[in-house]
Amino acid sequence: MKTLRDVPVGAQAVIKRLHVEGALKRRVMDMGLTRGTQVHVRKVAPLGDPLELTVRGYELSLRKQDAQSIEVE
Amino acid sequence: MAIRIALAGNPNSGKTTLFNALTGSRQYVGNWPGVTVERKEGKLKAAQGAQGDDVIVQDLPGVYSLSPYTLEEVITRNYLVDDRPDAIINIVDGTNLERNLYLSTQLAELGIPMLIAVNMMDVVRKQGDRIDLNQLSAQMGVEAMPLSALTGEGAHAVAQAAVRLARQGTVPRPLQVFDGPVAHALAHIEDALTHRRHGHHHHGGDVRRQGEAMPAALRRWYAIKLFERDDKVLAQLRLAPDVRRGIEQAIADCEQEMDDDAQSIITNQRYACIQAMMHDALRRKRAPGSLSASDKIDRVVTNRVLGFPIFIAVMFLVYYIAVTTVGAVVTDFTNDTFFGAWIIPGLESWLSNVGVSDWLSGLITEGIVGGVGAVLGFVPQMFVLFFMLAILEDVGYMARVAFIMDRIFRRFGLSGKSFIPMLIGSGCSVPGIMASRTIENQRDRRMTIITTSFIPCGAKLPIIAMIAGTVLGGAWWVGPMCYFIGIAAVVVSGIILKKTRHFAGDPAPFVMELPAYHLPGMGNVLRSMWERGFSFIKRAGTVILLSSIAIWFLKSYGWADGKFAAVEDMDHSILAAIGGAVAPVFKPLGFGNWQNTVATVLGLVAKEEVVSVFGVLYGVGENALDLVEEGAFDQLAPIAMNFTSMAAISFLTFNLLCAPCFAAIGAIKREMSNWRWTAFAVGYQTVFAYVISFIVYQLGMIVTTGFQPVHLLPIALLAGLVYLVFSPTPYGHNDAAPQAVRA
Repeated sequence: MKTLRDVPVGAQAVIKRLHVEGALKRRVMDMGLTRGTQVHVRKVAPLGDPLELTVRGYELSLRKQDAQSIEVE
Repeated sequence: MAIRIALAGNPNSGKTTLFNALTGSRQYVGNWPGVTVERKEGKLKAAQGAQGDDVIVQDLPGVYSLSPYTLEEVITRNYLVDDRPDAIINIVDGTNLERNLYLSTQLAELGIPMLIAVNMMDVVRKQGDRIDLNQLSAQMGVEAMPLSALTGEGAHAVAQAAVRLARQGTVPRPLQVFDGPVAHALAHIEDALTHRRHGHHHHGGDVRRQGEAMPAALRRWYAIKLFERDDKVLAQLRLAPDVRRGIEQAIADCEQEMDDDAQSIITNQRYACIQAMMHDALRRKRAPGSLSASDKIDRVVTNRVLGFPIFIAVMFLVYYIAVTTVGAVVTDFTNDTFFGAWIIPGLESWLSNVGVSDWLSGLITEGIVGGVGAVLGFVPQMFVLFFMLAILEDVGYMARVAFIMDRIFRRFGLSGKSFIPMLIGSGCSVPGIMASRTIENQRDRRMTIITTSFIPCGAKLPIIAMIAGTVLGGAWWVGPMCYFIGIAAVVVSGIILKKTRHFAGDPAPFVMELPAYHLPGMGNVLRSMWERGFSFIKRAGTVILLSSIAIWFLKSYGWADGKFAAVEDMDHSILAAIGGAVAPVFKPLGFGNWQNTVATVLGLVAKEEVVSVFGVLYGVGENALDLVEEGAFDQLAPIAMNFTSMAAISFLTFNLLCAPCFAAIGAIKREMSNWRWTAFAVGYQTVFAYVISFIVYQLGMIVTTGFQPVHLLPIALLAGLVYLVFSPTPYGHNDAAPQAVRA
């Protein structure tokens, strides 16, 4: 399974499925990371984590650990 | 009756700016009941179109959604559903329309008159984009109006329209967000809600409890929440079991048909609907991949290589201005000149002229003005700090601070934003604790408040210097050791407390918006500075005043020559008697005499007092603090005679970690806004200090006296501490959010 974590910086991906539950899942979806959404992995924080994404025209930061449970294609 | 208008929108949408523009100085700031989330309401300014009736504007916490998870979301939706304001102004960021409208689609379902104020229209225009507001209004079924909250352009029209809507009571026409099997399932649930039988019959009570009188306007909202299997709504409605089963069946059928779970289905359809709207209403000039000015700034500021040096430079600048230069100058002026040279001597001579008795004059000048003044001295410095923090927040850099520091701080249950309180705390804990304001998550904020004062503040430096200079022969390692102990205490406490019930759970989801950079609005910055600074005076003042009076009384009165009166020497004071009684508690720490106990207690007034009190009680004189500053440690020799090296290190450790000064305790009380949490924080710090000093002293004694059976206790304690740090958490990876909400 290819996850958002595997997407190299500067590349884009489309969200396929979320493998998270509860509050985190709801939060991720509320912020616009829904099935079929295009995500641009913008950069990694200076200390290596979290990630900065562009989604729906704005910037969002997400920990690598959480990015790992978002399946993309 | 007053008209109530609620202001709802995403964080960073400019909600606060609009609120300030609408209400001006007529604001009331408090807390939502039982939680530390700020609640602001204000009266609409006459200039903004209030006429005749009072119009109350209620500022709601910034939220992205009405989900039942974060504290802010629960507060917002409870207010909207239970208190039913007369109208909602939904402020959306025009430069970030797609995600902002997601909340709008939810607000429109509440059956409350509503309008959408599209903010930052000036920026949208500047970027060359075009938002067709007529098209947006038609699609959303509510009026959409242009706004530039920062310049105030459009605020008047928005306020007028909201008042008009509230008077007319026009409810938005239902949005066609959902289609296909979802629409079918929702219709089924609505139907079940209309014709349902009740599990229990209740008399009286509000809509929530009674269920029966659910307004028709809210039926749609409840149906959607039931479809999402929202726990809070399920618990509220108390549906009969067969109704619940029917609803569950409808949801399950729909999920199967759409091959997704209910929550995802709802969210996906909302965003799909918004995308369709955007297609008609938004014309972008910029190609999707190109960079805006904000993007270009961010490319440098959080750059993989440059990000960290820039971060350190910014933090250094904040510290340098707030603590070292401007902060120090204004603090010294307030303490030495304003209070020390003007107020206190002036007051003293005035009181003696009027013929006030000595004890009352002492109470007023030494107890109240001296005690409170020592603390008010921090206030100007705090204003400087709050000014800087407000700029960082307004510009959008605060979110980047969390972004950069998250990796380090989340390991011990803190937020990346905890860095600023700790940094400022190394100058003074009081503004440090107040800086925890900028942390949204309640658990992270509490943890930061509890641990900030472990970092040695400026007032503890004289204690460190005195112990190092007198007892430890000026050893170079004492200073660094103190900072190490402080940082270790933060880390260990974070790890241990995270395993307790109140802090358990995964770290708060770090799914955080990095808002676009923009120039700070001076009005906002100054207002934020004023509110935070003033709330310290207001809320911390009582704690500081009462404890100052109590301490003054205890050290100035006592039994001398068989009668109770004001005493000359502190030796005869009540405090000395109490010190003598409490001293045995500190025996196991190696410094259990009454002088050390009294010095520690008086350190609560201000930490550098410890040095002055030592000077007085150990016969050095009144000027011990000056001697330490001058480095004249030979004159402080009488102090050294009362300590072994281990006892001195233990005393130092205890004083570094135990309850902070009253001003800091006042700040803790202000930020926790709750006595139980304040007591917990201070109690935890003191017990932690005791345990650590005990371990340090007793293990040190093994080296000097050799191993004895009593040393099993400190070894066991140390082992216990190590176990607490490395053991797995008993509360596992359960969902933390319900906990945060209950608090």
